[in-house]
Amino acid sequence: RSNLAGVRHILLVLSGKGGVGKSTIATELALSLRHSGKKVGILDVDLCGPSIPRMFRAQDNDVHQCDSGWVPVFVDQDKSISLMSIGFLLEKPDDAVVWRGPKKNALIKQFVADVAWGDLDFLIVDTPPGTSDEHISTVEALRPYKPLGAILVTTPQAVSVGDVRRELTFCKKTGLRVLGIVENMSGFVCPHCSECTNIFSKGGGEELAKHAGVPFLGCVPLDPQLSQSLEEGRDFIQEFPKSSAFPALAHITQQILDGTLQRSS
Amino acid sequence: RAVSPGSWFELGSCTKGARVFSLRDLDFGDSPAQACFQWGGLVGWFVFQVALLDIDICGPSIPKMMGLEGEQVHQSGSGWSPVYVEENLGVMSVGFLLSSPDDAVIWRGPKKNGLIKQFLRDVDWGEIDYLIVDTPPGTSDEHLSIVQYLSAAHIDGAVIITTPQEVSLQDVRKEINFCHKVKLPIIGVVENMSGFICPKCKNESQIFPPTTGGAEKMCQNLNVSLLGKVPLDPQIGRSCDKGQSFLSEAPESPATSSYRNIIQRIQEYCDQHPFQEEKII
Repeated sequence: RSNLAGVRHILLVLSGKGGVGKSTIATELALSLRHSGKKVGILDVDLCGPSIPRMFRAQDNDVHQCDSGWVPVFVDQDKSISLMSIGFLLEKPDDAVVWRGPKKNALIKQFVADVAWGDLDFLIVDTPPGTSDEHISTVEALRPYKPLGAILVTTPQAVSVGDVRRELTFCKKTGLRVLGIVENMSGFVCPHCSECTNIFSKGGGEELAKHAGVPFLGCVPLDPQLSQSLEEGRDFIQEFPKSSAFPALAHITQQILDGTLQRSS
Repeated sequence: RAVSPGSWFELGSCTKGARVFSLRDLDFGDSPAQACFQWGGLVGWFVFQVALLDIDICGPSIPKMMGLEGEQVHQSGSGWSPVYVEENLGVMSVGFLLSSPDDAVIWRGPKKNGLIKQFLRDVDWGEIDYLIVDTPPGTSDEHLSIVQYLSAAHIDGAVIITTPQEVSLQDVRKEINFCHKVKLPIIGVVENMSGFICPKCKNESQIFPPTTGGAEKMCQNLNVSLLGKVPLDPQIGRSCDKGQSFLSEAPESPATSSYRNIIQRIQEYCDQHPFQEEKII
């Protein structure tokens, strides 16, 4: 029995560029899915810059071995969220992983084959930016398990949207369904005067979704409470239901859940 | 500026005695400020010949930020010609080799390395004073290759870009360790997206909070210089999207003066660490 046999849906989070919020979206999506009663795993295949462990304040954990493979790191007692990342395998947190493609590919294969996830409703795969070794290897390794599809994250500016256009082509070429585009860092509401400033412009993600004929999942605004929660590894979905980013994240999650219902019916 | 013959010739028609440094950033690769930083730098170094090499093979942003989208690379007897923004500023990027903005470069390491080598060997850069290399996030193929291919040519050092939060700093520490490992000198660290001043009420917000002391504390701990902090300014993103120079579009912005200071500090670093000709010959 394969280690992914108990996983119902596999989602990939992709983007063309770094720093647009893939790990943020992956983390918040996992937290909101848990909020809806789902069991979620996150596989972090960003080998040179893993962010997931810290975003769950799990960075000091180690990975243990069991009969069926590596035991993922659980973030809570209920084991409702489990994580796997190279961050758990490093001796020192600041160690650089200076690896060329083949080594990265080998670890990704191992991550896909050897992690004992158990039963999960969702496995979210957080990727590094680009369309290279990690992406090709991940998509190839996951193909037998028929991933549900990919969520593409962008910021609103044209330079970021340009990279997501290439990512869309990657999905098309590798036969990965696009679940939709998320526009992150979309506007900032000043906490002092409530004026909304579009620091990184506005609307680029939505326009691209229209142009490419894929669903637009929503705009997540810049929200200091969100950045702060991620820094401290706190549950933003639980603690800040009144914040500006909350409704956007809840809406994205709902669409993913609706999509899976449609697929299973 | 001293022009020294030597190992550069191994790179074919490449430049002689250029200042080389690589701009590397990890997490916040698409920070629009970054390329403006570069372009600003280039304009600031008006008297110099500058080359900008974009080795982000899967996500080249430089052509758009420089207003060069749709440009093509031309072949001449002496190799590929860079695309010129100004007479003294030549650019090379995989973006110029793609036929459509939707084209994805789905390549594994060896092919990326091959192209980087070609960029160094086959591009007719002419004589340049500064070669700036923009890298993708990470510590992998592209980074190892550029350092390896330029090792004989002497890289002046690396400028490392971060944002204030710990999630970004933790990656930058890895990047600093990478530089130590491959013996690449570190010119310094730039903290980007450092605070935002509301254009309406002029109050400052920390959108990306420096919960562990930001780049400043990290630089102190690791004994690396902090070159400066660049605040968030919506105009930076707009300039990048339009391919305009932020420094000339917004000369009054606090971000502009911050860029200018950073550029000056990089220049000072390069002047204080002169090219050692004897080593090369």
